[in-house]
Amino acid sequence: MGNILTVDDSPSIRQMIKVTLAPAGHNVIEAGDGAQGLEKAKSGKLDLVITDLNMPVMNGLDFIRALRALPAFVGLPIVFLTTESNESVKAEAKKAGATGWITKPFKQEQLLSVVSKLVRS
Amino acid sequence: MTALDPAEVFRQEASELFDVLEAALLDLGVRPDDKELVDSAFRALHTIKGSGAMFGFDEVASFTHEFETAFDRVRKGEIRPDQDLISVALAAKDYIRALIEAPESTDSIIGEGILGDLHRLVAPGQRHIEAQPSEPAPPFAQPGIGWQLHIEFDSDILRNGSNPLDLIEDLGKLGSCFVVALTDDVPFLDELDPERCFLKWDVTLHSDCNRDAIDDVFIFVMDEMKLVCTPLATTEIAPPLAPVEVPVEVPVDHPQPIEAAADRESRRSPKLDRREEARRSDDKANATVRVQAERLDELMDRVGELVIAQARLTQLASATNDIAIKSIAEEIERLAASLRDTTMGARMVPIGSLFGRFRRLVHDLSRDLGKPVEFVTAGEDTELDKTMIERLADPLVHLIRNAIDHGIEPTDARAASGKTELGQIEIAATHAGAQVLVTVRDNGAGLNTARIRAKAEEQGLVAPGAAMSDHDIHQFLFHPGFSTAQTISALSGRGVGMDVVKRTIEAMRGSIDLSTKPGHGTTVTLRLPLTLAIIEGLLIRVGEGRYIIPLSAVEECAELSTTDERARGRDFLNMHGGLVPFLRLRDLFDATGEPDKHQKIVIASSGETRVGLVVDQIIGSHQSVIKSLSKLHSDVTMFSGATILGDGTAALILDVAQLIATGQGPADKHLIKEAA
Repeated sequence: MGNILTVDDSPSIRQMIKVTLAPAGHNVIEAGDGAQGLEKAKSGKLDLVITDLNMPVMNGLDFIRALRALPAFVGLPIVFLTTESNESVKAEAKKAGATGWITKPFKQEQLLSVVSKLVRS
Repeated sequence: MTALDPAEVFRQEASELFDVLEAALLDLGVRPDDKELVDSAFRALHTIKGSGAMFGFDEVASFTHEFETAFDRVRKGEIRPDQDLISVALAAKDYIRALIEAPESTDSIIGEGILGDLHRLVAPGQRHIEAQPSEPAPPFAQPGIGWQLHIEFDSDILRNGSNPLDLIEDLGKLGSCFVVALTDDVPFLDELDPERCFLKWDVTLHSDCNRDAIDDVFIFVMDEMKLVCTPLATTEIAPPLAPVEVPVEVPVDHPQPIEAAADRESRRSPKLDRREEARRSDDKANATVRVQAERLDELMDRVGELVIAQARLTQLASATNDIAIKSIAEEIERLAASLRDTTMGARMVPIGSLFGRFRRLVHDLSRDLGKPVEFVTAGEDTELDKTMIERLADPLVHLIRNAIDHGIEPTDARAASGKTELGQIEIAATHAGAQVLVTVRDNGAGLNTARIRAKAEEQGLVAPGAAMSDHDIHQFLFHPGFSTAQTISALSGRGVGMDVVKRTIEAMRGSIDLSTKPGHGTTVTLRLPLTLAIIEGLLIRVGEGRYIIPLSAVEECAELSTTDERARGRDFLNMHGGLVPFLRLRDLFDATGEPDKHQKIVIASSGETRVGLVVDQIIGSHQSVIKSLSKLHSDVTMFSGATILGDGTAALILDVAQLIATGQGPADKHLIKEAA
């Protein structure tokens, strides 16, 4: 299926994403913050990025902007995780170039459904 | 790794986050205006909340949510974090930790109490709680046979990773679709920007789905599109058609760089500010993999066995003239040594993780005793074997307690002697050769030598009036049951203490020493080996038996010429103009067989004391993998363990500190010191 980069400073969330997506045939690549995510993104072909917004070193918004600014990542689906139900965060992330979002806490099915929306076999 | 339960990962992670949170809160006490600290605390809380909710720690999530909400006013800069707020925040942190680690032993009443305090402190009478994101209202079924849709996307929708084709396909999952692509706005090829979307669609959807289901398909692009949805009138039934693949002439992958994007990149990438850059490089250096501690232990055991096997190989190889075997033996020796170093390196942990724990201790003690104390650390990056770090925790807690309780004077006493009101405890670590020095220093009153002496005389440890150096008098503090505390506080002065600290440190093959300057404070210095698992040893022979002296304790080796000996009960050797007492290991071990004609002496030291050990033969250096002695030998003090030699036989490892103590009665111990 797809190469999916998950960027989150929380190992448990990354693990959750990994155990959900790996059985569905996805290859999950992990990064602990935006800066690492950018490095990882540059080193392989990606089909989807799932990123947290609130992270040390480089936060999710800056990460999305940095990724979108690179020609290779135009058109790459980027989904952000947010606990805020608050619309302004969403709007800001969308403006930064995000494709969609997942509201935490989420269930495995919800994650799979969002991923299947954006990663086609 | 994939099999790891995320909830278990969360527990581990949460425990690290608590450390971060605690450190940030404590630092806030010192630098209440540091925005960075508030953010760091907030981020930790946020992650605990988010992950807690995901992994079924609902109480954690809801409590943390309230904590976070209250703390938000600090983040917004509306409230300055004062000591009260920080104490409550720390209590809240402890409560959350308990909810995760021992939920059965927590009581929500405690949590409510803490939250009450928190709210009172941040906003008297103004408690507002953000509602948790609620599930969307249950969609009501709207009777109908289908929808007529008109779909227009913003032209740059492709750039942000949405694919209109996928979305229309998803629509097809709701029911059969009749899709018409409207191509009116598509420009001529030479004007066509392949990254933009110029198509619009009219879709007739035959489905009994409700409006929410359609909105759900477009949820991520709702703001970047125009969607007109009209229910189909019963009369307008279009012929039901199979889902249609719409030929959309929109390229989706555009790997080629285009000028606009390149331009944007050049404008955006230098956005990282310098501080971020610095943290980023920091972070790279700390890239880590989690490994279970027991696996590391196992690895160390295997490496130990490998080193022993390698030693046997080397010994065999030395007896042969086969060059090929010799060279392989050398190669394996080199590899085994580097594998050993790497493995030991993997067990090394920065001592900073330990220091972090003490900040809370100092904070709490300082508050409980009403002595304002500043906690300073240095050398946090100094690395020590993880087992050592674990074993060091208790002794250091004790030393810090002592320093605050006995060392730092009460505020008025400090003021009276012209000192600053703020006491200081410094804990520092530094490398010194193959050892690590850890010092705990306070700037308090210093040790009261007269009082220690009086107490020692009272306990019969020293004859009244006997000449003793201050340093030796201070050593009585390490005597079991020795406490000069005039009042027993809740914290120290119960007589369990310095002797236990000393024993623990010595069990780690370390040593402890104190120095003091009246009026200026006391420094306790711990000298510790880097690791507990393998030592460089000096292999010696006494009679028939072979023994190892830790090389770190060895100062020099010499021939024992007969003229140096004195016919007194205890022997002394003139070394570099000073007298060094020596012990004949032959006598001590009741060795059989004829003594070697040319006896050797190994000068070994423990702390400040030097002693000569007379042996029959010095064989050479030996990599010793330490095996502990069995429980049956727990009363053996002269040996700290055993190791296996190249030929498969065992050798005992001498405990130099204990040897000195065994060889000397307490009464003439100072005699040796003087001689040394």
